[in-house]
Amino acid sequence: MSEHEYVPKSKAAKWFNDRLPLLTLGAHLTDYPTPKNLNYWWTFGGILTFCLITQIVTGIVLAMHYVAHADLAFASVEHIMRDVNYGWLIRYIHSNGASMFFLAVYIHIFRSLFYGSYKSPREVIWIIGLMIYLLMMAAAFMGYVLPWGQMSFWGATVITNLFSAIPLVGDSITTWLWGAYSVDNPTLNRFFSLHYLIPFLILGLVVLHIWALHVPGNNNPVGIDIKKPSKDTVPFHPYITIKDAFALLVFMIIFAGFVFFTPNVLGHSDNYIPANPLVTPAHIVPEWYLLPFYAILRSVPDKLGGVILMFSAIFILFVLPWLDTSKVRSAVFRPIYRQFFWILVIDVLMLGYVGAMPAEGIYLVLARVGTIYYFLHFIVVMPVVGYLEKTDPIPMSISEPVLSGGAEPSLARKVNDKV
Amino acid sequence: MIKSNLKLFVLSFLLLISLRPLQSAEMVDPIKVDWSFKGLTGTFDRASLQRGFQVYKEVCASCHSMQYLSYRNLGEPGGPEFSEQEVKAIAASFEIEDGPDSQGEMFTRPGKPSDKFKSPYPNVQAATAANGGAYPPDMSVLVKARKGGANYIYSVLVGYEDPPPGITLDEGVYYNKYMAGNKIKMPNNLMDGLVEYADGTESTVDQMAKDVTTFLAWAAEPELEERHKTGVKVIIYLVLLTILVYLSMKKIWSRIDSEV
Repeated sequence: MSEHEYVPKSKAAKWFNDRLPLLTLGAHLTDYPTPKNLNYWWTFGGILTFCLITQIVTGIVLAMHYVAHADLAFASVEHIMRDVNYGWLIRYIHSNGASMFFLAVYIHIFRSLFYGSYKSPREVIWIIGLMIYLLMMAAAFMGYVLPWGQMSFWGATVITNLFSAIPLVGDSITTWLWGAYSVDNPTLNRFFSLHYLIPFLILGLVVLHIWALHVPGNNNPVGIDIKKPSKDTVPFHPYITIKDAFALLVFMIIFAGFVFFTPNVLGHSDNYIPANPLVTPAHIVPEWYLLPFYAILRSVPDKLGGVILMFSAIFILFVLPWLDTSKVRSAVFRPIYRQFFWILVIDVLMLGYVGAMPAEGIYLVLARVGTIYYFLHFIVVMPVVGYLEKTDPIPMSISEPVLSGGAEPSLARKVNDKV
Repeated sequence: MIKSNLKLFVLSFLLLISLRPLQSAEMVDPIKVDWSFKGLTGTFDRASLQRGFQVYKEVCASCHSMQYLSYRNLGEPGGPEFSEQEVKAIAASFEIEDGPDSQGEMFTRPGKPSDKFKSPYPNVQAATAANGGAYPPDMSVLVKARKGGANYIYSVLVGYEDPPPGITLDEGVYYNKYMAGNKIKMPNNLMDGLVEYADGTESTVDQMAKDVTTFLAWAAEPELEERHKTGVKVIIYLVLLTILVYLSMKKIWSRIDSEV
């Protein structure tokens, strides 16, 4: 809560606010003290909120015209594209919106990794964020099934079949998920139902994510706590709102570029072929944002092993705050970790790339190397580097490096030496 | 330090991307055609769309359905833009099954602009059986459903060749340079002078292939012209708004001792 107690001006507003302090909440959100040195990597929280709202609004309109039935789904999507007023626009925003959402969330997650935003006292924000990410993947996967094209059908078949790797009960679980003995109409129906539900669960978690954020306040590029709120922070409005708006607009230009000029480039052409259980596509690939995990899954010759490893790749992130032993948050002051951070980024990109390729030859080798490194990074590199690394001197407060013209480590250090 | 990291990062990524040519390539890359509908402001060639419709109607439609299109689409803006009378005449030239009537009987009547394109076969099974076991795919979204899009469709249409020595083909299978696996069950239907174009254009194989591909590209993305036009407006609007917001941001942040 902000430091001063908010008192509404009018009597009616005071009467209402005493009973439900919405105005106090509004005042808090407006005045929320935010570190003034946040860079543009911090604008992705706002961008992600925009993405979620966009997906929900376009999704609700699409659901008014879509038919969740194996015989009608593909045709109903074409009906949206051809007969519904601006249906093509709404659908292309929704389908490209999913990709933009993931683009933004990956930047948001890697920003957190670079600046140590997951570290104490922000572990709960991090964990809620990961839960949102998990739900996003579930929602995106089920959404991709709905047009009932070839990739929808076979993607659903591959992913749901993963559960059959569970010993003893695997097959029963898979049948239960399908509601049939293969991916079929009941599967499509329940996926539609869940696809509509999940975004609202995400919305709830977003509220918790922001609530948890407002308890300790934002991390920042130098990763140190706020010393003097009056010097180190700015009120959220108008400083951060205008900056977020600027970044959001730049993001929207890229978004619009995809929607209007290459709306299908991120999708797979096979998904414009109606689902056919009798014809398997040459290569079954998930959407680009799931490819790194797909590469990890296929890097293991054993099905159960692959599934365990794939889920571990996500769940290991949940314990990250306790795997990182460094006292310093921001990688700006961590010369060794900073190198490893970029290696991890390259590693994940490489996994994404080989995930799109057939699992054979050099691609399989790369997938295995990439998978091993991915886990090494979290299990070995993070604890050991955090323990051994000699970090650079940290500035005394946020306002110092800002005054000296940015959070460049060399500059910050010089300033620090003088002090 | 950060800069050298970035360099390393970019270099590794380029290296990764350059691995792509290693992919096993069994089929020839499609011919690149300079379509009028390519690019940010691309539009369809109206005359080509009308000729393409003629090729579809006289050649393709005997096997391929286009079940998601209606005759009215032929008169809509951004498409072949036949006149209202022409659309009505085109629709009326097809006998459409309708019903049941009040007696419970199905009946046929001349087509209306609101009718969907008539399919050559009653169902997929019939189409498959009549074509040697290979279903002639519905062409409504065919251009979007093939890697390579319009270039690929055009290439297949002009890609028929005699099989190279050593390859024997079964009865009813043809050799095509651009088709995946090089084997196609659709015979080479296009030959010079096959269609008599209403506008007098010479109907070479290449011309017909280009026209019908243009028509199919429109059929798959009938919104393309409107999309491009709206897109340009949206981007201009967003860029202007971004500049205004940027200037406001600079002004607001100038109040405090910091920078954005």
